[in-house]
Amino acid sequence: QGKFTLLRDTRTDGSFLVHHFLSFYLRAGCKVCFVALLQSFSHYNIVAQKLGVSLTAAKEQGQLVFLEGLKSCLDLVFGEEEEQPGQPRPLQFVSESSPSLKALFDFVRTSLTPASGDSWKSPVLLVDDLGVLLSLGAAPVAVLDFIHYCRVAVCSQLKGNIVVLVHSNEESEDEENELVVNSLCHHSDLILWVEGLATGFCKDVHGQIKIIRRVSLELTAEQDLVQTYQYKIQDRNVTFFARGLSAAVL
Amino acid sequence: LVFTEEDKYGLYSNLLFKYFLAEGVVCGHELFVASAKEHPDNILKELPAPLLDDTYKNELGEEATAIKSEDFQDSMKIAWRYQNLPKMEASPTTSTKFGHYYDISKTMSPELFPSIKWHSFYLPEELSLQPQMKTCNMNSAYARLLQSIQRIVSQEGFDGSDPQKKQKNILRIGIQSLGSLLWGDDICSNDTPEDVHSLTKFLYVLRGLLRKSLSACIITVPAHLIQNKAIMERVTNLSDMVVGLESFIGSERETNPLYKDYHGLVHVHQIPRLNSLICDVSDTKDLAFRLKRKLFTIE
Repeated sequence: QGKFTLLRDTRTDGSFLVHHFLSFYLRAGCKVCFVALLQSFSHYNIVAQKLGVSLTAAKEQGQLVFLEGLKSCLDLVFGEEEEQPGQPRPLQFVSESSPSLKALFDFVRTSLTPASGDSWKSPVLLVDDLGVLLSLGAAPVAVLDFIHYCRVAVCSQLKGNIVVLVHSNEESEDEENELVVNSLCHHSDLILWVEGLATGFCKDVHGQIKIIRRVSLELTAEQDLVQTYQYKIQDRNVTFFARGLSAAVL
Repeated sequence: LVFTEEDKYGLYSNLLFKYFLAEGVVCGHELFVASAKEHPDNILKELPAPLLDDTYKNELGEEATAIKSEDFQDSMKIAWRYQNLPKMEASPTTSTKFGHYYDISKTMSPELFPSIKWHSFYLPEELSLQPQMKTCNMNSAYARLLQSIQRIVSQEGFDGSDPQKKQKNILRIGIQSLGSLLWGDDICSNDTPEDVHSLTKFLYVLRGLLRKSLSACIITVPAHLIQNKAIMERVTNLSDMVVGLESFIGSERETNPLYKDYHGLVHVHQIPRLNSLICDVSDTKDLAFRLKRKLFTIE
């Protein structure tokens, strides 16, 4: 509880981890706020069903608060003037000249603060993916501030967890993104770093995952624990195995 | 959202663009064509002519046999282990018919057009109109284009807003040379562009429109002109499919014997990963293209 997990991908797509955590926390009975910036609700719903969870049901029961970024942005850009004046829109920073992510943070905090009658377990904030905020005009500092505020609210005050996906490329020229990613790495409790194989595409091994437990943050003079596995993604499942030991090889 | 990085002179990406639109005409889809440099009416006059079933077999048959006989003569010396692996399909088999084939030496006859509904957006003609949406600090040309697309999507019921509409159809959107100076964007002409976010904001809103409607979109961009690579990284993330065309014209590869039969390379940077856990599973990644008199092939 109270942990910040960073999902990071390089040269491949790490969104399968997002699908995993989403269904994992929902099955565990946690209240989840999913800031889904890159894909539509139906995309996540279809995959979640393959993993045995219905997002529609979770939403109806109030267990899942789903912010569909694409739809929210469309409403902002093409919608009529304030239907509910005084109610800020989560993505309103897109139309502001000096963008601040406060409205987005307020949305997250409101979504996860337990309402009376809620019997869900600890809250979880899930973000896919953080880099989209930069593409929409938020400054790196604003993004880091947003994460910081979320940590205080969700991890410290509400004793919940946060899972965030970021992309990073080696030799990336996107300095803003690299700044955000590196900063988040320093402050994460757990990093799941997914990388495409350096040797190129392979049918049986889709990539490699490094699990980094930031034990060094606990100031006990211990070093971070790093475990590396390879993986293969299937229709409803992902299999992990030790390096060089994929089923195709054995 | 198919994002195409143009080859240096835009020759081949233009061809792909026209194939996309031609397929829309043949399938009876509705078209939306946007350009800042060429009037869409002119673009639509130059679409390749579709090949009807029997003529197609003959046309392609000649090309296909030519390819096969060359191959058999060269037996592999160093890579002998690969000799027995099945070759990638040199010509499409008739049993799996997906899409149509075209003869690029002929233009599509205007008779096919009256049955098609199409909309055009030619920037120089649209500048007089004021956008009525929140421009969100976006380049005004992009804002106007978004507004135009949104209007068509909602008026023609592609977003399901008109339940009375009996027959559902697909809207094919083609946007030419986005990001170029003609659109008022300086990302292609400036190392440190004034406004780095216009293009990515545009793509995000467009992505939202595509997701909520029955539409597909191809965008071509003169990516080789974009100095700021960070933008290309962000754009890749916001697109479903990203393909780059690299022509050999004027490059040292033109005289490389390895590429003697081809005119350029196709780089598939990203393929769509929708509604599924599975990622990239294609077998072949090294693709090249060649332009013959009647056919543009990717092998």
